[in-house]
Amino acid sequence: MSEKVLMKGNEAVAEAALRAGCRLYFAYPITPQSELIEYMAKMMSKVDGTFVQAESEVAAINMVYGASGCGKRVMTSSSSPGISLKMEGISYIAGANLPAVIVNVQRGGPGLGDIQPAQGDYFQATKGGGHGDYKTIVVAPSTVQEFADMADLAFELADKYRNPVMILSDGLLGQMMEPVEFKKPKTDEEMKKLDEQHFDWCIHPNEDEPNHHHHEINSLEIDPNVLEQHVTKLGEKYDKIEKNEKRHEEYNISDDNEVVLVAFGTAARIAKSAIDELKAEGTSVGLIRPITVWPYPYEAISKALHEKVKKVVVCELNLGQMIEDVKLAVNGTLPVEFLGKVGGILFTPEEVKAKILEK
Amino acid sequence: MEVIAKRPESLTDLQFTYCPGCTHGISHRLIAEAMDELEMRNMMMGVAPVGCSVFAYKFFDCDMAEAAHGRAPALATGMKRARPDMHVFTYQGDGDLAAIGTAEIIHAANRGEHITVFFVNNAIYGMTGGQMAPTTLPGMKTTTSPYGRDEKDIGYPIKVCELLDSLDSPYFIERVSLLSPQDILKAKKVVKKALRYNKEERGFTFVEFVSTCPTNWGMDAKDAINWAKENMLPNFTVKNFRDKAKEEGGE
Repeated sequence: MSEKVLMKGNEAVAEAALRAGCRLYFAYPITPQSELIEYMAKMMSKVDGTFVQAESEVAAINMVYGASGCGKRVMTSSSSPGISLKMEGISYIAGANLPAVIVNVQRGGPGLGDIQPAQGDYFQATKGGGHGDYKTIVVAPSTVQEFADMADLAFELADKYRNPVMILSDGLLGQMMEPVEFKKPKTDEEMKKLDEQHFDWCIHPNEDEPNHHHHEINSLEIDPNVLEQHVTKLGEKYDKIEKNEKRHEEYNISDDNEVVLVAFGTAARIAKSAIDELKAEGTSVGLIRPITVWPYPYEAISKALHEKVKKVVVCELNLGQMIEDVKLAVNGTLPVEFLGKVGGILFTPEEVKAKILEK
Repeated sequence: MEVIAKRPESLTDLQFTYCPGCTHGISHRLIAEAMDELEMRNMMMGVAPVGCSVFAYKFFDCDMAEAAHGRAPALATGMKRARPDMHVFTYQGDGDLAAIGTAEIIHAANRGEHITVFFVNNAIYGMTGGQMAPTTLPGMKTTTSPYGRDEKDIGYPIKVCELLDSLDSPYFIERVSLLSPQDILKAKKVVKKALRYNKEERGFTFVEFVSTCPTNWGMDAKDAINWAKENMLPNFTVKNFRDKAKEEGGE
């Protein structure tokens, strides 16, 4: 399929995951990601894959843990309250050095909140979320096309580092329809290669290896000295990810910028509209859009702070979470202002403009 | 010299971490012997629980995964679905399976997952130091029921075989005792049958072991066995609850 098709983000990421070689999907229904689980329910059997509607979010992520331990590309998805429940399993998957892809179609919180788009799970996604020292690689799309492309990226990163990867989207991207172009599905040969590249660590039949009867999938190290080595190694992995995998988009970044905006996902879309209008009116504003929100592109922000820049504005659909990372990047050199919206309500380009022009 | 008894190949040579008189060692051995006899070891993946048998993943010499508290049947589901050509079992205690993992066991059983669940019931949380379990008997003193389990306040012990027997999907459900040599020989046959059904991909199979915990019951091994015979067996009836092979007329 090389032509563009009009699809909801929830369906597009599901289709892209299938094309990326995901043949196992376990999830529990929750709004506003239901189209994703429904798409998988409909399509998985057509590619000889496995779809299980789990009894709970907790069970779903633990099914992912089991399937991942067998070296398969496996995914789950949910929305904010469900992601909280999955945190137990994500911590185990991270502790056991296993790949997995988790889609969060964020909605308003805390608690049951509402079912409208929000970005209130930023801290949970980027700072750990579950117990213990671990990191989830987190990518944040801002269009339906990017949402779909990130399925492939997420599986690649998950496999490369044997680490859980979260696609941090929101109810707007999940529900909105946009034209999408998909990559070609993995061939049988490519699927076989994927299996082989996992062979040295996953649990698998031992008939091929008569002298090796015991592969372990485990996050338990009861000896503190062994656990210290294990967690230190995890830390080294996270350092490598920070070094290699930071991604961001620059929009209208130039020496003329008077203000630099920082926004991710849906908030960045709205920010771009404001930047375009201001450009037409003669005010130069640049945008740094983090694509990976962990690892966070701190250097991209500090590099964008040219001489003319008077302030940095952070726009988020929450009470102010990513702003803490932006402040680390700005490191006190400029004022950092905040525009937020909560409750599942979006700010308008006019509101962003007003914030930028505020003296 | 003729070897007449040896460690099953499906057990590693690590020394068990279990207390003297504990029946975990017996149930481990029965499962390992059955795996050997059915030649399943090369195609077996086991899931260890949280609890005293948390190190089961080190003791069984086949591929093993270590689950979070109560989640073993969910892990096993993921594993079996990912590798339908392999065979999967879980090994879980009463706190793990019948409290924090209640949803996982009921739904794995109800889906008829092609796995075997071994359930060790000694009516107490062992690893954490003797707290009340969902299977703790009425009046039984534990560190969190110091005046005896008050069934009016906290409910009666959960009978897991009976609970699972209300579902249509499970293929095989049986409760066995590890409280006498005769019982252990009978249990071995049941364990082997469950694993054979697993090998033959017949469906969900479940074996409960009525077991002891001398340490946390505050008894020596012999008294613990006698106490279990007098108190556990009247509450947890040893019997076969389900064997669809009989309905199918194949056995």
